Amino acid sequence: MSRSLSTGLQLVLLAAAIAGVALAPQVLEIFTLMQITLFAAMSILALSLGFIWGFGGILCFGQTAFFGLGGYAYAVAAINLGDSTGAVFVGMLVPAAFAAALGYFMFYGRISDVYLGVITLTVTLILFNLINSTAGDEYRIGAAQLGGFNGMPSVPGLNAPGDPSAVLEPEEIWFVTAGALIAVYVILRLVLVSHFGRVAVAIRENETRASLLGYDPRLYKLLVFVIGGAIAGLAGVLYTNWGAFVSPTIFALSLSAEIIIWITIGGLGTLIGPVLGCVAIQAIVTEIGSQQEFNSNLVLGVILIAFVLLLPRGLVPTAQILWSRALALKARRGGAALFEGGPGGKDDHIAKAAE
Amino acid sequence: MQDYSATLLETRNLTMRFGGVVANNDVSFTLKEAELRCLIGPNGAGKSTFFKMLSGQLTPSSGSITFRGQSIAGAAPHEIARLGMGIKTQVPNVFNGLSVRENIWIAASRKHTPPVSRRITDEVLDKIRLTDRAGDLVGHLAHGQRQWVEIGTVLAGEPDLILLDEPAAGMTDAEVLRTAEIIKEINRTRALIVVEHDMQFIRMIAKTVTVFHQGQILMEDTIGAVMADQRVRDVYLGKKVAA
Ligand SMILES: Nc1ncnc2c1ncn2[C@@H]1O[C@H](COP(=O)(O)OP(=O)(O)OP(=O)(O)O)[C@@H](O)[C@H]1O
Ligand SMILES: [Mg+2]
Repeated sequence: MSRSLSTGLQLVLLAAAIAGVALAPQVLEIFTLMQITLFAAMSILALSLGFIWGFGGILCFGQTAFFGLGGYAYAVAAINLGDSTGAVFVGMLVPAAFAAALGYFMFYGRISDVYLGVITLTVTLILFNLINSTAGDEYRIGAAQLGGFNGMPSVPGLNAPGDPSAVLEPEEIWFVTAGALIAVYVILRLVLVSHFGRVAVAIRENETRASLLGYDPRLYKLLVFVIGGAIAGLAGVLYTNWGAFVSPTIFALSLSAEIIIWITIGGLGTLIGPVLGCVAIQAIVTEIGSQQEFNSNLVLGVILIAFVLLLPRGLVPTAQILWSRALALKARRGGAALFEGGPGGKDDHIAKAAE
Repeated sequence: MQDYSATLLETRNLTMRFGGVVANNDVSFTLKEAELRCLIGPNGAGKSTFFKMLSGQLTPSSGSITFRGQSIAGAAPHEIARLGMGIKTQVPNVFNGLSVRENIWIAASRKHTPPVSRRITDEVLDKIRLTDRAGDLVGHLAHGQRQWVEIGTVLAGEPDLILLDEPAAGMTDAEVLRTAEIIKEINRTRALIVVEHDMQFIRMIAKTVTVFHQGQILMEDTIGAVMADQRVRDVYLGKKVAA
């Protein structure tokens, strides 16, 4: 019963999110709309790591590798094809293929978790340096000049599918980006209730047990990693499209670290947590940036430390715990002796589930 | 249908070295289809190491393992599991952050459709007497109950050979009795190898007993003969009483 209740609640929230996306252009100024378009693109990046880390148990320190590859692949494809339709898919396929190759090496090579972090971090640095050194005229892919540290200016924006002359307006780009965020969220939800998703979570819980039951942990982790790479690539596509520009800073390690902060604050092991953490931090950083009073990295650091010390589970899991406590209290007040001893245990379960 | 005299599992000269430590030395062991075998031996005799080689968690230093005629020494755990072997490890391996039901379902659903998986899950929950705790997180259960969850996951995978490494550890007397009952019930159709220190428990289920000592097979006989053997008393029972 509680399961169908929470499914119902999720559907209501989903409908509310869709309505919010549809109404936003009517309520918000164009500047704000573009701002939240950026937040939506970054939220997709947050979801990509939130999925592989929170549900696959894979802590990747270089999620921007796929983000950046997505951005560059989109830019190169869009310039060469003259149409963004296929370029969006190229922007997802290239990082997914790269994730497949890297993941195969890491998971089938039995690399330990610590080295996995080191390798993903190093690969991101290598990509940064590689692209950074493509300044010369000779570094071009077809008609696309890679431009080294200067990046690639005037990347073609998204156009209506199959119609390069119909370049999308900011309002339409908002619909596409926010729509993509909702779609990614729904797809990941469906993945998590599928057999594949449930086994992936079981592998996160205990790899040995899963393998002794006949599941190959390497294969599941690889697939989770590839899905995460494709989603990060999509975020890179939308980010590049938003600014009509891509440069090597898209591979920045500082951004990789920031994603981890978003997830820590929002709540690891949830899907909505990374999105909330991303939007909240981005909004705060933007606000600080416009005021010029504090150093935004300093504020970010203070927020992270405060969360690690006071709300180590993050916003969403903590809210879930408080909510279930409130329900338990209500049940007790209602004089339901049947529940005696039960509610306390239930809180703990949810707390545990959030870990 | 099954030929009960056929060999299900066979190891030849199986040896496992950890640096200078020889945990298993030249173990040649045979198990028939649907046989129930108990494995005993003092601490450090090499019983768990033997299980780890059978289930693919360790690659033997030398020697062979044949399961249903197929060589499996050094194969990956999931490959061996898919051939029909299931194991409850000595150090519990369960999905602590998942519910009891989810633990069993994960095991049942590998080779079955959703409705069949649900049916098997319900049956197993009933068998391990945890139906009323199906929604609880396994990490919150008592040690004995977590052992049962692990046994449940093994049963739900429907293996032809089940290895149980100290299944009665941490269980109450009633739970131990129930475990013995379940083992006998499983044994009507499937083969088992059971490692236990609890001799009372061994007496409840044992037919043939293999005694491990310092990585080797000391003897293999009926429970009565093993209990009466002086060497076994010296190495195993003697130690246990002294401890
Ligand atoms: N990974 C390892 N590295 C080094 N030595 C090991 C390793 N695993 C086991 N051993 C050693 O191998 C020997 C056999 O250990 P094993 O765990 O197989 O014994 P056991 O019969 O299961 O004992 P118990 O009854 O205490 O569970 C012991 O001396 C142990 O210290
Ligand atoms: Mg042991």
